[in-house]
Amino acid sequence: MKKYAFMERKWLWISISLIVIASGLFSLATRGLNWGVDFTGGDILHFDIGEPYSLAEARQKIESLGLKNVEIKEAGDNREELIVRTPVLSQDQKNKLTQTIKERWPKAQLIRAEKVDAIIGKELQRQALIALLIANFGVLLYVAFRFEFKSGIAAILALVHDVLVMISFYSIFYIPVDVTFVAAILTVVGYSINDTIVIFDRIRENQRIMGKAKFDDIANTSITQCLTRSINTSLTTLLSIISLYFLGGETIKDFTLALIVGIVSGVYSTIFIATPIWSMLRGQHKAVRA
Amino acid sequence: MNLRAKSLLKIAVILFIAFFLAYTLAFGVKIGPYQVLPLKKAIKLGLDLQGGIYVLLEAKPKPGQTISEEKMNAAREVIWKRVDQLGVAEPVVVRQGENRIRVELPGVKDSQKALEIIGKTASLEFIGPDQKVILTGDDVSDARALYDNLNNPVVSLKLNSQGTKKFAEATEKFLGKPIAIVLDGEVISAPVVKSVISNGEAVIEGLSSIDEAAQLAALIRGGALPIDLEQREVRSVGPTLGTDSLIKSLRAGIIGIILVMAFMLVYYRIPGLVADIALAFYIMLVLITFVALDATLTLPGIAGFILSVGMAVDANVLIFERFKEELRSGKTLRAALDAGFHRAFTTIIDSNLTTIIAGIVLFYFGTGPIKGFAVTLILGNIISLFTAIVVTRILLGNLINTRLITNKKFFSA
Repeated sequence: MKKYAFMERKWLWISISLIVIASGLFSLATRGLNWGVDFTGGDILHFDIGEPYSLAEARQKIESLGLKNVEIKEAGDNREELIVRTPVLSQDQKNKLTQTIKERWPKAQLIRAEKVDAIIGKELQRQALIALLIANFGVLLYVAFRFEFKSGIAAILALVHDVLVMISFYSIFYIPVDVTFVAAILTVVGYSINDTIVIFDRIRENQRIMGKAKFDDIANTSITQCLTRSINTSLTTLLSIISLYFLGGETIKDFTLALIVGIVSGVYSTIFIATPIWSMLRGQHKAVRA
Repeated sequence: MNLRAKSLLKIAVILFIAFFLAYTLAFGVKIGPYQVLPLKKAIKLGLDLQGGIYVLLEAKPKPGQTISEEKMNAAREVIWKRVDQLGVAEPVVVRQGENRIRVELPGVKDSQKALEIIGKTASLEFIGPDQKVILTGDDVSDARALYDNLNNPVVSLKLNSQGTKKFAEATEKFLGKPIAIVLDGEVISAPVVKSVISNGEAVIEGLSSIDEAAQLAALIRGGALPIDLEQREVRSVGPTLGTDSLIKSLRAGIIGIILVMAFMLVYYRIPGLVADIALAFYIMLVLITFVALDATLTLPGIAGFILSVGMAVDANVLIFERFKEELRSGKTLRAALDAGFHRAFTTIIDSNLTTIIAGIVLFYFGTGPIKGFAVTLILGNIISLFTAIVVTRILLGNLINTRLITNKKFFSA
C-alpha cells in the first residue's frame, strides 16, 4: 500500500494554519468580531416586505428616523425580506420604524422581532467561555487517561486551532456572532475530537505493530490507513450540513456556515496539526524509548 | 431449521421492525386502549418553528424595595393569570434563577399586545385630592370592559367589601372633588365625584377603544405585579416564518439524508445498503426518543440532528474500512466481518465518548437553544452507537450466513 509522506511537510501544514489564524488575529485586533445582538444587546426586526424593494431606499427611510448604528440586509428566497439590526430601541422607536416601513410598503409584515439586553449577552459570553474551557479540559483528561498525556496535548491544540480558525473566519468576513455560533463551536469541538481520536487510536495500534519505527513513520502509516475513512466521514457530514445551508432558510444560514467552516477545519487539524504535533512531542523522547 | 433459514428469518424480522416503526411514526397506531400518535402530532415544536413569543423578565426593585422568594412567586402567579386571559395554548411561565421569570407563548399572533400585557406592573390606585391612596387593585374583585350610556368604552369595577366601604367613605368625603384613577403612575382619568357611591361599583373612563378597555380590565383582574419587571430578552417569531423555517429545514434534511444514503450505497454497495437501513433505524429511534423525553424540537435542534445523520454513518465507515482491509488480507467474508467489527470497536467507543463529554458540558453550561442542541448531540451519539454497531452487525452477519451474495465485489472489496 502506498504511504503518503504527510509528516515530511509538517511545517508547511502548520504554516498554512498559522497564516490563516494570524490573519484572523490581525482582523480580530483591528476590527474585532461582529458581535450580534445576543451579545451586545439590541433589536432585530425581520420584515417580509411582500414585494421587491430597494435596499438603499429602506436604508434611507430607516436612517431618516435618526437611528444610529443600524445595519440592514436583504434576506429570503426572492430577496423580499429585510432584516434590520439596531442597538436597543424603545417601544416607541420600534413602533415608528415598523410604521415607516409599512407606510412605504403596505404589504410589509413584521415576521420576527428580537430584543436582547446587553446584560444577557455578557452572561452568555461568560457561560460560553466556561463551557468551552471545561469541555477542553474534559477531553484532555479523557485522552490523557485513555491514551497518553502528549496525545491529549496534541488533541487540545487541534481543538484550539479549530476554534481559532472559526473565530478568524467570522472576523475576516465580519459575520454576526450570536448564540448559535457558540453552539456551532462546541459542536465542532465534539466533531473534531472524534476525528482526532480515530487517528490516535490507529497510532496506538500501529505503535504496537511497528515496534521501533520512527514516530513520523507511524504517523504517516496511520493517517494513510485512516484517510479514506476521514474523507468519507467528512463528506457525509458535509453533504448533510451543506444541503441545510442552501435550503434551510435564512435564520439558520449563519449557524450552518459556522459548522461547515469548523468541520473542514476539524478534518484538517486532525491530519495536519494534531498528528504532526504528536509526532514532534514524542520525537523528543525517542532516545528514551529506543 | 438450518442456519440459512434462520438468518433469513432474522433479517426479515429486522426489516419488519423497521417498517413497523416507519408506519407508526407516519400514521400512528391504536392497540386496544393504547394509542400512539403520529410523529407530526406527537412532537413538540419550539417557538422558532411554530411562531410565538419568548420573554425573559427580570425584577427591578424600586429604591428601598427588596426581591424576595414570595414576591417572585407571586409575580409568576400574576403573569400566569394574565397569560391565561390571552387564551394561549400550552404557555410556559417559569421562574429562572433568583430574579427572573421566563414566559413562552406559542402561537401568539399579536406579539405587541401580548408583551404589553405581560410586562405591565398594573398597579391601580385611586388617589384623592389630598394625594392619599384611597383604593388599590387589591380592593377590586372584578373588572369588565363595556360601553357606557354615551357609547364610550369604560372599565366597570366591582369592589370587594373592604373596598366598597373605603370607596363609600371617600366619595362622601370628596363629594364634588376629583378622584384620580392612576395606573403605573399615569393618570387615566380623574372624574369628579357627583354622589356618594356605596354599592361598590366604580367606572374608569377616558379610554380610547373597547380593546384598550378590555386589556385594562384583564390587567386589573389579573392583579398587580408585586414588583416591577423589566424585559431583558424578547424573541418573537411570526407563525408564517416559523412554518417556513420548519418546511425548509425538513426539506433540506431529507435531501441531506438522501445524499448521505446514496453515497453509502454507491461507495460500499451491500454493506452500504445495510448501513442505510441502520441509518433509517437511527433516524426513527432519535425521533421516538425525542417524543418520549417530551423534548422540544427547535431550528438549531433540527440542524444538529441533520448533522448527526452525517456523523452517524461514521461508525459504519470505520467498520467497513476495517472490513475491507481484512478482506484484502485474504480473510473470508465472515472472518473479515468479525475482525472488522472487533478492531473498529475501541476506536468507535473512544471517539464517541469524547464527543459525548463535550455534549454533556454543553448541556450543563448552556441555556435555552444550546441545551436543546446538546440533547440532540448526546442522544444522536448514543443511538448511533447502537444502530451502527448492533443493527449493522446483525444484518450483515446474517446476510453473509444466507450465502445469497458471496462475491466479494458486492462488499466493495
